[in-house]
Amino acid sequence: MSCHDWREKIDTYLDDELPREQARELEAHLLACPACSSETLARSTLKRSIHLAGKSFSPDLDLRKRIVADIQPKASRSRWAWIAVATAASMAVLAVALGALLWMRQVQSQQLVSEITDLHVTMLASANRVDVLSSDKHTVKPWFAGKLPFTFNLPDLEGSPLELIGGKLTYVEQNPAAELLFGVRKHVISVFIFKDTAEVRPRFTVTNAERLSFNIESWSDAGLQYVAVSDAGRADLDDLRARLVAAAH
Amino acid sequence: MALNRNKAGEFEQMAMPLFAPLYNLAHWLTQDRGEAEDLVQETYAKALKGFNSFQPGTNFRAWMYRILRNTFLTSRTGLKPAVSLDDEDQTQLADPATSETPESILLARADRDAIHRALQQLPVAYREVILLCDVEEMSYREIAEALMIPIGTVMSRLARARKAMRQLLQRAAGANV
Repeated sequence: MSCHDWREKIDTYLDDELPREQARELEAHLLACPACSSETLARSTLKRSIHLAGKSFSPDLDLRKRIVADIQPKASRSRWAWIAVATAASMAVLAVALGALLWMRQVQSQQLVSEITDLHVTMLASANRVDVLSSDKHTVKPWFAGKLPFTFNLPDLEGSPLELIGGKLTYVEQNPAAELLFGVRKHVISVFIFKDTAEVRPRFTVTNAERLSFNIESWSDAGLQYVAVSDAGRADLDDLRARLVAAAH
Repeated sequence: MALNRNKAGEFEQMAMPLFAPLYNLAHWLTQDRGEAEDLVQETYAKALKGFNSFQPGTNFRAWMYRILRNTFLTSRTGLKPAVSLDDEDQTQLADPATSETPESILLARADRDAIHRALQQLPVAYREVILLCDVEEMSYREIAEALMIPIGTVMSRLARARKAMRQLLQRAAGANV
């Protein structure tokens, strides 16, 4: 190869793009040829100078800021993304609100259940379980007259193991209530009757809840809320409930 | 198609380190600060939009430069008839008439300003290939990707560009002597 041919390869060599084999041959030639060697040095210096001189222009900091602002992911980039976020957020708020409402109702319901079972247990432990002691509904019903802001009918217990023991006045959630006592095979059933206000009604989401091994049955009928509590069997509570519902109509 | 947040974040991470070199190249292409700024800003906007089509594992720097260059070529400045990227058009640049030996010593001493002026005088196609190779230190393969030309064309264009560069510097040096 002539010097002319070698000089064609000097730039490629300096760019580190000459195949290894050819690079070695060129190096051998440069050791032997002062002219090509000097040319290589000059081009290498030029390349180095261009490298330095070529970095002439620096951007403004403002341009960088503008571009970063342009390309950064924004929440408002997509209207649909906004809608999705807003929907998710309102769903979350709704879910929390609904959850809180249900939880509060649950708590209130539990509180009422617990208040009623407490009243039942207190009655069982009391020496004077009832204010009016009579198995005759025609005695018990008139006794409540004037003592409560509502009236109710006593059930017909003909042909059932249920018997009326008596009744007393009590308070459920600061509202006057009737507590009727029934007996069935040595078990005592308390039936609480109080005005079914809008406030009270939804709280009875828990029906037939078992608490302290008591069966609880609750229903509302003709503006009155009925809650039966007893350690008697479920069948007896159902029987009593049916008779109370029948008496109310 | 809008990029999701992750993808846009990934783009920022990959593209922002190239900001200063891209600006430098844009300024060399346009020779004007305002136009270079517009060019870089438009390049980033286009690149972000097209980021979904970027093939991971391929050369991101070359991809970004390609966008910058295509944006420049379709811009007002880039469409000037004086700017031509056709290699055949520039073959009329004559070989240095004399032997290179004495001039090569002058070349070695060429100062920064002389090189700067020579680069400005070079046709855009030559200027850009020299900048990509000597300033950005891209490999021939990267340059080929950025300019969308075969590697062989990169080598021949680079050879012509350097010859033209040396010629310009020799003239300048000769004028100064």
